[in-house]
Amino acid sequence: MTRPLAVEAIDLVKRFGDNAAVDGVSFVVPEGTVLGLLGPNGAGKTTTVRMLTTLSVPTSGTGRVAGHDILKEPDAVRRSMGLTGQAATVDELLTARENLKLIGRLYGLPKSYVAKASDELLERFSLTEAANRTAKTYSGGMRRRLDLAVSLIASPPVLFLDEPTTGLDPRSRTELWEVLRGLVRDGTTLLLTTQYLEEADHLADDIIVIDKGKVIASGTPTQLKDQAGAASVVVTVTHADDLQRAAELTRTVSSEVHVDETSRRITAKASGLSDMTRMAHVFEDSEIPVDDLGLKRPSLDDVFLHLTGHKAEQVDDLEAQFEEEEVLS
Amino acid sequence: MTTMTSNTRPPINPPSMIRASGTVVWRNLIHIKRMPEMLMDVTVQSVMFVLLFAYVFGGSINPPGDTPYKEFLLPGIMVQTMIFSSAVVAMGLTNDLQKGIVDRLKSLPISRSSVLVGRSISSLIHSSIGIAVMGVTGVLIGWRIRDGVVNGVLAFVLLLLFGFAMIWLGIWVGSLMRTVEAVQGFMFTVMFPLTFVANTFAPTEHMPPWLRFIAEWNPVSALTQACRELWGNTSAVPSDAAWPLQNAVLASIVWSVLLTAIFAPLALRAFKARSKD
Repeated sequence: MTRPLAVEAIDLVKRFGDNAAVDGVSFVVPEGTVLGLLGPNGAGKTTTVRMLTTLSVPTSGTGRVAGHDILKEPDAVRRSMGLTGQAATVDELLTARENLKLIGRLYGLPKSYVAKASDELLERFSLTEAANRTAKTYSGGMRRRLDLAVSLIASPPVLFLDEPTTGLDPRSRTELWEVLRGLVRDGTTLLLTTQYLEEADHLADDIIVIDKGKVIASGTPTQLKDQAGAASVVVTVTHADDLQRAAELTRTVSSEVHVDETSRRITAKASGLSDMTRMAHVFEDSEIPVDDLGLKRPSLDDVFLHLTGHKAEQVDDLEAQFEEEEVLS
Repeated sequence: MTTMTSNTRPPINPPSMIRASGTVVWRNLIHIKRMPEMLMDVTVQSVMFVLLFAYVFGGSINPPGDTPYKEFLLPGIMVQTMIFSSAVVAMGLTNDLQKGIVDRLKSLPISRSSVLVGRSISSLIHSSIGIAVMGVTGVLIGWRIRDGVVNGVLAFVLLLLFGFAMIWLGIWVGSLMRTVEAVQGFMFTVMFPLTFVANTFAPTEHMPPWLRFIAEWNPVSALTQACRELWGNTSAVPSDAAWPLQNAVLASIVWSVLLTAIFAPLALRAFKARSKD
């Protein structure tokens, strides 16, 4: 773990009036790794990214991007990073090629380089055919890809992505993940915010969970899942009539058993694979027909519930209002 | 793809403020090319105003002296077109703020003022297209520049100077408002009295005294009067008219400088505040 740090957040605070949107957030992202900033709407993810990318001035605290202080050397920070905002910030009236040219020119890149890099990026993001159409005509997925391509025109070593797949259909999302993995393979450091636990699980080396402006947990996806508690064995019996008998059998193996009648499912706390094997034998001997039997590790959804006491989905609406207020204030 | 790694970055030479502004202008002009209906406010609408006033109301309005109404009207319409610069710049800016384009530009290693400078220059180009359309329309219906090239050009310079002041008003409003619709609503509410309670379409002499006072001190009146004088489209102002009308050229310069001095700091502060969060 002696890699140099690509991003550091040092006790970042941002207040809007009396309201602390970000309340003392610190973390580091080593070069070439992916950090997932996970939290519900209004948790302070976007505000954190805006401060690190010099769009917003912190109330207190600071940060470094590629070794440059965000307050003292904002221009050096801007040269070292790319940003893909929450809404795809491409110019709708410009074609893909013109969007790339606009940003390439503003970086002061040589014309020939912009042309060559544009071709490569369009190819890489499957936009070559649409290259001369205005972005207005693009689908949501294409816009996101163009947005990402534009952020990459100057090959920044650090890339910030604010909810890169929000609003995308599952297929476009998987495609975008693949592209992001490719960037990481090439050595780019990523900091991405997401509301999707699955996304953080898929992409991130490390995850920071934030809620109400504070870091409430951090670690690798596996570490976080371990925090949420033990694994469980889940058994689905074929006939509802067998549920009672099956539950009794399960109790011979596990001390904590939960029965869900509508789904004919029994969830039993387990310490690991050995418990599952024992459970499988018990059911084999009992000859109770079983649809499915398996070991379930806690998902990041469970982690979130465990950490915050509320489910991610439930928070959404409430926090969306909060974020709205934040924008207005 | 090896060109994407951090080891082989292309040379980044951030452009000067002027070059960056030029690039922003290039982008804004593409917008006009792609959406020519954006120009309707200063073209079709203004031509409609000319025709409406010249042929519908014009018969019942008597300009001072023996100036034909069409000659009297054209400078007023030109000023009105120029004032629309502020609405144009405000709507463009709010749209860019709303869509996150300003954020995108601010994340680049360029001078942040190039966003505003680029926006202002393209708005002045936008209004100038309107002025050109008005000029042609005017010539077609009988308006002429009758007082020589130098004075003729000076009037256009005064128009641009006032347009510059109006742009700061636009940047101020654009930075404060959240949606393009809000900007449109607000600007119309401001523009209408500003352009109508003036000598733009009708002489001020017949207004009730209190209204005449407001109209003659309205910066729009001084500029309109200055253009009329410099283009030779009017006879002398009545001797009881307010100071700005008696000294129209000087007054319109003073107004432009004064309005810029008021709105520029307000605009810069509002834009900075908007873009700090």
